[in-house]
Amino acid sequence: MFTWRGVVNIAVLIGAIIYLMPTLNADIWPHKKINLGLDLQGGMHLVLEVQTEKAVETTIERTTDELRQELRKKDIKHLGVSSGASDGTTSSNKKNTITVELQGEENLKGFNTIVTENFNDYKVVSTTSDADKHRVVLALPDEESMNIKKMATEQALETIRNRIDAFGVSEPDIRLQGENRIQIQLPGVKDTKRAKDLIGKTARLNFQLVDENADVDAAVKGTVPPGDELLYQIENNTTSGSINKTPFLIQKRVLLDGSALTNARVEIDSQFNEPYVSIEFDRKGARIFERITGENIKKRLAIVLDKNVYSAPVIQDKIAGGKARITGNFTMEEAKDLAIVLRAGALPAPVKIIEERTVGPTLGSDSIRMGLISGLVGCILVVIFMAIYYMGAGFIADLALIANIILIGAGLAAFQATLTLPGIAGIVLTIGMAVDANVLIYERIREEIASGKTPVAAVNAGFERAAITIMDSNVTTLIVAIVLFQFGTGPVKGFAVTLALGIVSSMFTALILSRSIFNYIVSTRRVSKLSI
Amino acid sequence: MQFIKPGININFTGNRVKAYIFSLVLIVISLVSLMIHGGPNYGIDFAGGMLIQVKFTQDVPIEKIRVAMNKIGLKNTSVQNFGEEGTSEFLIRSSNTEMSGDNLSQAVTDELKVSTGTEAEIRRIEMVGPQVGQDLRTQALLAIFYSLLFITIYISGRFEMKWVLSGVIACALMSAVYFLSIFNVGIPLLIAAALAITLFLFWYMNLKYAMGAVLSLIHDVTITVGVFSVLNLEFSLQIIAALLTIIGYSLNDTIIVFDRIRENITKSNKLPLETIINKSINETLSRTILTSGTTLVALLALFFLGGEIIHNFAFAMIFGIVIGTYSSIFVASPILLLAEHNTKQKMVTTPNLQKR
Repeated sequence: MFTWRGVVNIAVLIGAIIYLMPTLNADIWPHKKINLGLDLQGGMHLVLEVQTEKAVETTIERTTDELRQELRKKDIKHLGVSSGASDGTTSSNKKNTITVELQGEENLKGFNTIVTENFNDYKVVSTTSDADKHRVVLALPDEESMNIKKMATEQALETIRNRIDAFGVSEPDIRLQGENRIQIQLPGVKDTKRAKDLIGKTARLNFQLVDENADVDAAVKGTVPPGDELLYQIENNTTSGSINKTPFLIQKRVLLDGSALTNARVEIDSQFNEPYVSIEFDRKGARIFERITGENIKKRLAIVLDKNVYSAPVIQDKIAGGKARITGNFTMEEAKDLAIVLRAGALPAPVKIIEERTVGPTLGSDSIRMGLISGLVGCILVVIFMAIYYMGAGFIADLALIANIILIGAGLAAFQATLTLPGIAGIVLTIGMAVDANVLIYERIREEIASGKTPVAAVNAGFERAAITIMDSNVTTLIVAIVLFQFGTGPVKGFAVTLALGIVSSMFTALILSRSIFNYIVSTRRVSKLSI
Repeated sequence: MQFIKPGININFTGNRVKAYIFSLVLIVISLVSLMIHGGPNYGIDFAGGMLIQVKFTQDVPIEKIRVAMNKIGLKNTSVQNFGEEGTSEFLIRSSNTEMSGDNLSQAVTDELKVSTGTEAEIRRIEMVGPQVGQDLRTQALLAIFYSLLFITIYISGRFEMKWVLSGVIACALMSAVYFLSIFNVGIPLLIAAALAITLFLFWYMNLKYAMGAVLSLIHDVTITVGVFSVLNLEFSLQIIAALLTIIGYSLNDTIIVFDRIRENITKSNKLPLETIINKSINETLSRTILTSGTTLVALLALFFLGGEIIHNFAFAMIFGIVIGTYSSIFVASPILLLAEHNTKQKMVTTPNLQKR
């Protein structure tokens, strides 16, 4: 009994059972449960594409603004500063460029100084002069724009992670995929719409003045004055279900944006008993807010989030202290989510959902149930068949089969692999194939007995000669399982894992576990005839 | 108990011409069907699109669902009954991928309730954008390619005990593929080219075991893909997994028969190869049938009880195992004979065959 094989058997089985315990009761050491895939427990799988091109465009536009301000500050006259991207021309040589037109040698000199001092990220690609008019084209080098894209993706990942953490999903999985994709797995999420809104919202918060002098009606018809943009306030009337769109003409210039926020939280308006989001600015933001409210009394200040006007209150007085509120007919949930996205910050670029797989909880539990039932039925049929076909030896194979399933389960828990529906299929398949090793051995033993060997010799010869074949024949399937694991996604990966675990454990149970049972029987019972 | 009695002697190799004709017919049907259908019927994993699984509390006519989907602007929808008989569960497919970001599930439930007058539960939504579909297809093909590459290296080494040679073949294969990839050839073509090169190398170097194994592997996969095409079943990521598993499984069978052939060659060198092959197939027949049998039993349970989502996967596996078992008996081994006739003078006594 106490051969090396016996010791290995007992050690492996005890280890396996220890690893399986937490799945039945989570409080038991080593606290590693079998993870269920999204297809079994329900939840949402999303792949987002970060529109990194947009991040570059935004950077260029911001630089254009800064350049204008800088020129004004240094008193350098210019005839126009425009970004290539906003020209509408997207031909590759105009992309990522800023064109500046200047009059006079002096202004050109001053401009060049500004560029070398403050905007050295950019390169002057061309300077064309026509008499006294100079036209300078600045370009963002490719590596710089690559850098911006990379930063945008990373920052988007971080922001989304923060939002999801604040939202409160247990065990979310958020990771980069490729260059500009983010894969998000949210197990057990029920309100998928809310989660998607929360994740996908760019959440760019801007404070902009309403253009009081322009004609909104004319703008709606198509003539938007330069320097303004036409935005809408969208109000959902919850009682009637109608959607109300109010147009606003907003000055393009952003006076203050969400990056100056330090906090955002939901509060309840005591007067109307309505939730609103109260925001706090950092010190610099508070100063700017105080200045703009002081300068624009009796004008309307629009709070714009992702190009939607949330509210446009008239400034009654200078507001000091760096606090403001965003109102907008929110439900409690909407207000909460808005506070979350504002706290987590804006996405550096919009994101687009390019893959979505959502499984409802009922389908997940149905899948578990059907997977387990089919596995159980398959297992019982195979067990009965083996017992009938090989009698005594069949029982040993059945024991090995049960040990096999325990080992696969323990392997899943120990490696923290994920069990998916195809994964269950992999286990069922293993049940069928695991018998193969035993069949190979038994057929050999039968042949050896037929050739006139004693049971002990037949068992030894059978195991020895079948061992090489078993190892060999499993290698091909193992190769496939490894490749599938490398290239597969989600559910298919789960299949690869159980398939590989099944192969390894079935080799163990056939070659070591059932052999020691056989040895035990032939050596202690001194059988003259094998039940095989 | 024994299904196959020890002394059994069925003349498998004698019927090989019939088997070849049978296999050829199946392969031709597969290829013709693939041509008519313009390639496999890609599911949304590969083609991109949208899939919604809904369940109603009462029975609902399909036509009403279709109308409802048109109303909310889902284009090119097809609605299909799903799940067991008697349940009113449906699969709605659409080539539309733009709507997912909006409040799609709410719109679908609301509209379905209005149009059918019955409460609908959305159990599953899958949306795969066209770019992702493209990527998944490339990934799947790469998976097939690498499986084939590694398996080829393994069997050329393992079956012939010429690991150095298998290394050479692997290098030749890799450089050929690299050379082709410079010309930006599509991956399906790359796989076909790699297989052709492999077969040529095996034939040229007289690695007939490896050639038999690779041929039967191509045979199994082609016919399984063909069946999917004939029945117009959808090709998804799961099916790729099933196909690769079939490759592994079919080789497993082939390896065991080939091992026995080699063992018998060393034992009784005097016998003609045909007799040895027949003897070996008969000797391993019991094991082949038993293993396939138990695997099929387990898979049938999965097929009938595992639910609709795993249905096609189970079907592919069942079919693949049947065809794989057939091919390891009727295709892989008789090919050794075919190879022998081509290289008559070198036959049987290739020295390294006797090492084991």
